[in-house]
Amino acid sequence: MAATTAAPAKGKRRAAGPLFVAPFLVLFLLLFLAPLGYAAYLSLFQQRLIGGNVFVGLDNYAKALQDPLLLHGVGRVALFFVIQVPLMLVLALLFALALDSGLLRLSRVIRLGIFVPYAVPSVVAALMWGYLYGPDFGPFAQLGRELDLPAPQFLSEGWMLGSLANIVTWEFVGYNMIILYAALRTVPAELYEAAAMDGAGAWRIAWSVKLPALRPALMLTLLFSVIGSFQLFNEPSLLMKIAPDVITSSYTANLYSYSLAFTGQQLNYAATVSFLLGLVIVIASYGVLLTANRRRTS
Amino acid sequence: MTTTTATPQASVNAPVNSRAARGFGRRRPKPSHRRSTPLTIAMLAALAYFLLPLFWLLIASTKSTQDLFNSFGLWFSHTPQLLTNIKETFTQDGGVFAQWLLNTAVYAVSSALGAALLAAAAGYGFAKFRFRGDRIAFNLVLGAVMVPATALAIPTYLLFAQAGIVNTPWAVILPSLVNPFGLYLMRVYAEDAVPDSILEAARIDGAGEARIFFTIALRLLAPGLVTVLLFTLVATWNNYFLPLIMLNNPNLYPITVGLSSWAAQAQNGGAGSSSDMLALVVTGSLISIVPLVVAFLLLQRYWQSGLAAGGVKQ
Repeated sequence: MAATTAAPAKGKRRAAGPLFVAPFLVLFLLLFLAPLGYAAYLSLFQQRLIGGNVFVGLDNYAKALQDPLLLHGVGRVALFFVIQVPLMLVLALLFALALDSGLLRLSRVIRLGIFVPYAVPSVVAALMWGYLYGPDFGPFAQLGRELDLPAPQFLSEGWMLGSLANIVTWEFVGYNMIILYAALRTVPAELYEAAAMDGAGAWRIAWSVKLPALRPALMLTLLFSVIGSFQLFNEPSLLMKIAPDVITSSYTANLYSYSLAFTGQQLNYAATVSFLLGLVIVIASYGVLLTANRRRTS
Repeated sequence: MTTTTATPQASVNAPVNSRAARGFGRRRPKPSHRRSTPLTIAMLAALAYFLLPLFWLLIASTKSTQDLFNSFGLWFSHTPQLLTNIKETFTQDGGVFAQWLLNTAVYAVSSALGAALLAAAAGYGFAKFRFRGDRIAFNLVLGAVMVPATALAIPTYLLFAQAGIVNTPWAVILPSLVNPFGLYLMRVYAEDAVPDSILEAARIDGAGEARIFFTIALRLLAPGLVTVLLFTLVATWNNYFLPLIMLNNPNLYPITVGLSSWAAQAQNGGAGSSSDMLALVVTGSLISIVPLVVAFLLLQRYWQSGLAAGGVKQ
């Protein structure tokens, strides 16, 4: 998203304008900026046994940047992002192109069926997949026992990140597919006809006409994916209950900040971690936007 | 690359129009569309992956905890008992499950209505009026799209604790009312969907700004409004982190937090436990997804065209 959507010149100055935006902006101030500011404020203090709440400057940040638990958590979600997001977006793109090609039978059923997981709460998705993965009554384990084959240990340390990636992919491929598909439907038909007249085949049209037209929609899905993966919480926190040895309380950065605040009662440090995590996400988002925009201009 | 940059400047209503136009244009040379069987089969295979867990859930909801362990997961046991499970889900712990459903509905509907209305008014205000600081304010909100909700959640909790509203419904509803992406979507939508000429005409007729908004603009904004409404509804319905932090009274839990607390109990009960918790978690999961799936299917016309607006424009 370009940050400066050009304002239409037509709009006239009228007193009513601010009144329409005021309710939103007031709540935005109270519920967005105030917590951010409060987190920033809290992150500058430490609760000490002697002396109570003490101003410590950037000490909490210095501590956080050297905290192996936090760094591992961020590293893990970064790895998750690098593996899961491309996989999910490529699948969503392929599905959207297939739906848009007009070559499918039952395309409506397929479209809605792939989208349905989006309407499933991530808690339910994680519970469901957790049971499916499970060694007791998961169908994969059952089949393995039946056929005397070793079933994959989905909940083991080596598989866990992949298992989580599968859950998130299952949840969001359809959502991204719908955004891309909706964008594809707005490409004027004349463009395809012109390309076909120039002798372009279906793949050529997909690559040279459809993909460029999908740019803004792809950016949007990518942006949401950055934000989503770095704050990964629900799925690991649910699977933690069935695999407590694999998923520790600092498995992802967000899980860590949660357990700091509510199990460890280290509110100041939790605020620091939240604030840093937010910063990492904003930087990653801008990074993604900038690289994408640079590629376009070059 | 020598691509002619295809910037779709289509208006928001274009998905419908261009679809019709394209279908018509293609139909002329051949009486029917070419269909590809291999592609259809490949997509059906993909569809199977997406529906498999839901199929499992449906089957599993008909089983007792015992049968979950003793029968194959992807087919019915000899003694299906869906109705018994549903009944037990609703009577467990003094009928708290119904309370969770109700809470979820209240949180989700009030958040969605509030968020959609706030976003519509603000989006309309930014799209159709110029005033001092409008760009700065809009870009500030747009920048906030990138601030992750969960990074805000803990600071918001601390702030709400100071204000004394943790462990009340407000703690869950208030943060869901501000939807920066919804504002962005409504602004983009309002620019095209509400023609300036109509506004001018109404003003000449002497209508006040509030009246113009509520009687004319809001109606034109309906598809965008439904999109924001539906997606906020889903976000709140599915929200776990925020209510988990804010609430510790089980009677205030939404369905997600409630189910996960039952799941934890079922887990602690272990495999040999005589309690039927596991079957209840599974059945409760099934019940909890029905309303949203139905809402999406019924309202698909709206959210699909509404999403197109957000994805197409920059």
